[in-house]
Amino acid sequence: MMIPAPSGSQGPVWRRRAPRAELARFAGWLALVALTVFCFELMTRGTIWAFFFDAPRQAADLASRMVPPRWSYIHELWWPLWETLNIATLGTLLALAMGVPIAFLAARNTTPSATLVRPLALLVIASSRSINSLIWALLLVSVIGPGALAGIFAIALRSIGFIGKLLYEAIEEIDASQVEAVTATGASGPQVLVYGIWPQILPAFAGISVFRWDINIRESTVLGLVGAGGIGLQLQASLNVLAWPQVTLIFLVILATVVASEWVSARVRHAFI
Amino acid sequence: MSATPLPQHWRPPPLIANARLRWCLIGGGAVYLLLALASLEVNWQRVLDGVPRAARLVAAFFPPDFASRQADIIEGMIESLTMTVTSTVAGILISVPIGIGAARNVAPLPIYLACRAIIAVSRSFQEIIIAIVLVALVGFGPLAGFLTLSFATIGFLSKLLAEDIEDIDPSPAEAVRATGASWLQWLNYGIQPQVMPRLIGLALYRLDINFRESAVIGIVGAGGIGATLNTAIDRYEFDSAAAILVLIIVIVMAAEYLSSWIRGRVQ
Repeated sequence: MMIPAPSGSQGPVWRRRAPRAELARFAGWLALVALTVFCFELMTRGTIWAFFFDAPRQAADLASRMVPPRWSYIHELWWPLWETLNIATLGTLLALAMGVPIAFLAARNTTPSATLVRPLALLVIASSRSINSLIWALLLVSVIGPGALAGIFAIALRSIGFIGKLLYEAIEEIDASQVEAVTATGASGPQVLVYGIWPQILPAFAGISVFRWDINIRESTVLGLVGAGGIGLQLQASLNVLAWPQVTLIFLVILATVVASEWVSARVRHAFI
Repeated sequence: MSATPLPQHWRPPPLIANARLRWCLIGGGAVYLLLALASLEVNWQRVLDGVPRAARLVAAFFPPDFASRQADIIEGMIESLTMTVTSTVAGILISVPIGIGAARNVAPLPIYLACRAIIAVSRSFQEIIIAIVLVALVGFGPLAGFLTLSFATIGFLSKLLAEDIEDIDPSPAEAVRATGASWLQWLNYGIQPQVMPRLIGLALYRLDINFRESAVIGIVGAGGIGATLNTAIDRYEFDSAAAILVLIIVIVMAAEYLSSWIRGRVQ
């Protein structure tokens, strides 16, 4: 609201807000700053600041160890890279197989029961979303053993929530009249799904799948840190023996993979949407 | 007139109109899938062993044990929560200037390119890799986590803020400029009010992401609840691990409700 201030010698001065609103905002900002400072103090209770101020020297030291990358190591990275790609792709496919039904159960307009099934489906989506794939991998490695399979399942379990959430929002936004038109022809339930609902969410579905695949490539590169296969295993092995030139090369390979997958995903999404 | 009979069945149009491209993609996908599945080295014996193990694991998860590692869990949670708040605030403070610099309608070309480069670097490395390097630089503990999350926040917030600034309605900004406003006034009165609601929404979303990430970067030594969780799983204390997971889920859900409530109020 614009409040003209009392006119002084130079005429009325325009202010953006009334004094009271101004004061409330100031108090809000002050509280935020206080909270941040308090949190920072609490967080750094145990910090040894000597290590922090030593960081530039450490950085120079680390850089001297990391450069140049050990290029000959690349031959040992092709196979883990292929495995990483597989973990991401197969994990995404598995997640699609599980996430699509859950999305239909969670969407308000397609759920069989809004009081019983929908909250359950939303709980599955929320739990899957809150737990990072690395934590899923940590759990799965202790169940089915280290290896790519644990990685695939970890990726899939994390992706269900993402795919489920975005897809159910897309389903809730569909045009109801088309569904009604298909229903009016006497179509059965599955037919309504296939001809009335599915075509409307197909572009969203394609976009979400490719987007999640792109994220999964990113995440599957580090799953090996907890033993779930892929190029992260090599990263962990190199870190353990402090072979920094190899670490640099792995970082570069990961960077190239991530950039390439992002490019592919952007192209595909551009084609569909 | 053509003599082709009218089709008796209707088929929905395919997603990819070009038939050759479609079949190439399907064929390529099938070949890839076969290769991928064939190259998957699965120790089925180990997986079969895992089935009763999974049953025992799930059984070990219940009931979640909040009590026996209470001190560790509280310590980890405090680290995670403080890390989340401080890194989000620091991230916003850094990403606002970078976001403004990365908007083509505000910044000149050299600044635009520099800011876009910073965003690209921050976005392409994921949190855990940054955390590995930062732990090596500043030592173990939540300070490394704070720096990691701040760095990761920059890429996310600056990019979305820049896109938002590029999408603004130019007429209010032009009107402010026509009054003879200085560059800062123009930014403050012409552009900031247009992007503020979305910036608040994005900041809250990032707060949520930062909390979730703070539960992970502890695995490589950057502090937070992830370190506690990793320790609990390493010690096979699955009931404590379950307690931590329950806490993470509850906090994430609470944060999501809170942020959607705040977003509903400001937007």
